[in-house]
Amino acid sequence: MTEALRQLGLVGLGFFQRLGRAHLLLLAILAGVPPLFLRFSLVVRQLYSVGVLSLLIILVSGLFVGMVLGLQGYNTLVDFGAEESLGVVVALSLVRELGPVVTALLFAGRAGSALTAEIGLMKATEQLSAMEMMAVDPIRRVLAPRFLAGFLAMPLLAAIFSAVGVIGGWFVGVGLLGVDDGAYWSQMQAKVDLYDDIWNGVVKSIVFGAVVTWIAIFEGYDAVPTSEGVSRATTRTVVHSALAVLGLDFVLTALMFGD
Amino acid sequence: MTSRTLEIWVGIFVAAGLAALFMLAMKVSNLAAYQTGPSYEVTARFEDVSGLKVRSPVTMAGVRIGRVKRIEFDDEALQAVVTLEIDKRHNRLPRDTSASIYTAGLLGEKYVGLEAGGEEESLKPGDRIRLTQDSMVLEKLIAQFIAKFIEDKNP
Amino acid sequence: MPQPFCHAFVIMNETPLVRIRDLHYARGSHVIFAGVDIDIRRGTVTAIMGPSGTGKTTLLRLIGGQLRPDRGSIEVDGQPVHRLRGKALYALRKRMGMLFQNGALLTDMDVYDNIAFPLREHTALPESLIRTLVLMKLEAVGLRGARHLMPSQLSGGMARRVALARAIALDPMMVMYDEPFTGQDPISMGVLVRLIRTLNDALDLTSVVVSHDIKETRAIADYIYLLSEGKVVAQGTSEELEQSDSAWARQFLHGEPDGPVPFHYPAPAYAEDLLAGEEAA
Repeated sequence: MTEALRQLGLVGLGFFQRLGRAHLLLLAILAGVPPLFLRFSLVVRQLYSVGVLSLLIILVSGLFVGMVLGLQGYNTLVDFGAEESLGVVVALSLVRELGPVVTALLFAGRAGSALTAEIGLMKATEQLSAMEMMAVDPIRRVLAPRFLAGFLAMPLLAAIFSAVGVIGGWFVGVGLLGVDDGAYWSQMQAKVDLYDDIWNGVVKSIVFGAVVTWIAIFEGYDAVPTSEGVSRATTRTVVHSALAVLGLDFVLTALMFGD
Repeated sequence: MTSRTLEIWVGIFVAAGLAALFMLAMKVSNLAAYQTGPSYEVTARFEDVSGLKVRSPVTMAGVRIGRVKRIEFDDEALQAVVTLEIDKRHNRLPRDTSASIYTAGLLGEKYVGLEAGGEEESLKPGDRIRLTQDSMVLEKLIAQFIAKFIEDKNP
Repeated sequence: MPQPFCHAFVIMNETPLVRIRDLHYARGSHVIFAGVDIDIRRGTVTAIMGPSGTGKTTLLRLIGGQLRPDRGSIEVDGQPVHRLRGKALYALRKRMGMLFQNGALLTDMDVYDNIAFPLREHTALPESLIRTLVLMKLEAVGLRGARHLMPSQLSGGMARRVALARAIALDPMMVMYDEPFTGQDPISMGVLVRLIRTLNDALDLTSVVVSHDIKETRAIADYIYLLSEGKVVAQGTSEELEQSDSAWARQFLHGEPDGPVPFHYPAPAYAEDLLAGEEAA
């Protein structure tokens, strides 16, 4: 019994220690962000691996999610004779929820896990130590550009996802199922609000981007420097990011649309 | 990969992202409702503005000519003071124009409808619309109706 | 009469470049150093030797300021590394080079960019000058022709030579070598041995070599410290160590399988253990 309590205590202590280390690392990274604007080429390189390499999966997923929404939305709305509202359904689902959330989940799987593996391997092969010995701070040189790139790329990816999704919904709804083209767009424009819907969606995607990138970088930097340690860290990145995104989505939705 | 091709790809990515944001703003949302050219303000006082919101449309003859800019409460008169922002192009509304709060459809959103009067002189920026009609509250209507109904039954 | 060692004798009277006093360091409950004193003289190649797990790499990290001792002092060129932080520590590190066990080259850059890395980070030199410097360093390690290869295309020995070129890119006052000979074939081992010695003398460096490869290390070291169980067991030149009265030192230097370090891990008596087997099973 006492042994079980002791184990529980150990788990709790470990959890809070990691949380503390993660926050200290975040502070150190944030301190390293402003100087990056003088050496933006470092960030551009990371924008490539975080943003451009995630582009394909975001485009394809966005298109299919939009098409499914178009199909499902049409089947439900047509019973009420309200298929003209298809544009509203597709656009609102995308910009408010699916755009930021699904993009963040894909981003965690594609870019987050790659970040963790890369940083973990750099640690395991003593590249980070070597930088320290060359009087180069790896937090500023390696981690901060990756963080800033993730932070910048995620809202752009989410916007691309939503935009492609709206087009996918249009393709199914207007192109295949015969919803009126004018009604699709005008209903959408009448009901989707720039601030309440689009801007809040962008805010969500910014928050998710920062959190997923933070988790990925921390897991890599904190990984046990062996191949097994790195592979476990990569798995943890995906799991923890997914949980964090879904949990935060509830909190943010309650804050934004709760009143 | 050379850093030049890499930079080009990042450029494409950022451009695509910004284009997507632009499309969401212009094509998907009601950005048009935010675009205000030059405009002027007039105020109107109401006893009840329930359901009216900032940015609600202001229409005349069913055409949108402006929007609600502010809703305040006057402590002295115990009335709601609504500031309307009207397009500069429509600067020849008669001084005795009246304002009413209507509902789009039975349960839809509220908007301010203006009806022209007959005076020669037109509304100046900062003027007050004197003739107003309040928001119709469904509960009040039903209550009045029931009260009337009971009165009629038991004279 | 030019003797290779006379140079070293002249500066022997100066203060040592690295002076370690009463060093204590423990990782958790595992004590790694319990009162170690080491002096590393300027211009010499000093070897720190000992069996695996005696914390030789840890010692280099302590000198480089990546770890902090629990007690005692470490001075490098008169500066207390164990108390330095931030800018002062980084300024000191620019004057130290370190060769990691597997080179620790940055995997996303080619050989050229790896060596240019410290120059680009710390100087604002024009690219043409950086090119000259990088080619000079590469020439010194004999890999000028390999400048466009990626680290993954290099053999272990080549990777270490590239890392060595990178370690001397900023013209440091000292270079630390972490197990430079481990896992090398005889040829690249010979190349590394010669490089360490010639670079040390040509660039007027001070070298610290951590190793357990006795033959190679004894061939280049001016002075050797033998570490075991957190203490300095023996020290001296290669010849002096040969005369050492420490039985442990003799076992280590000659690689005898049994001696003060027993062949058997501590266990109950063999016969007893075998007989006890029936009950235990």
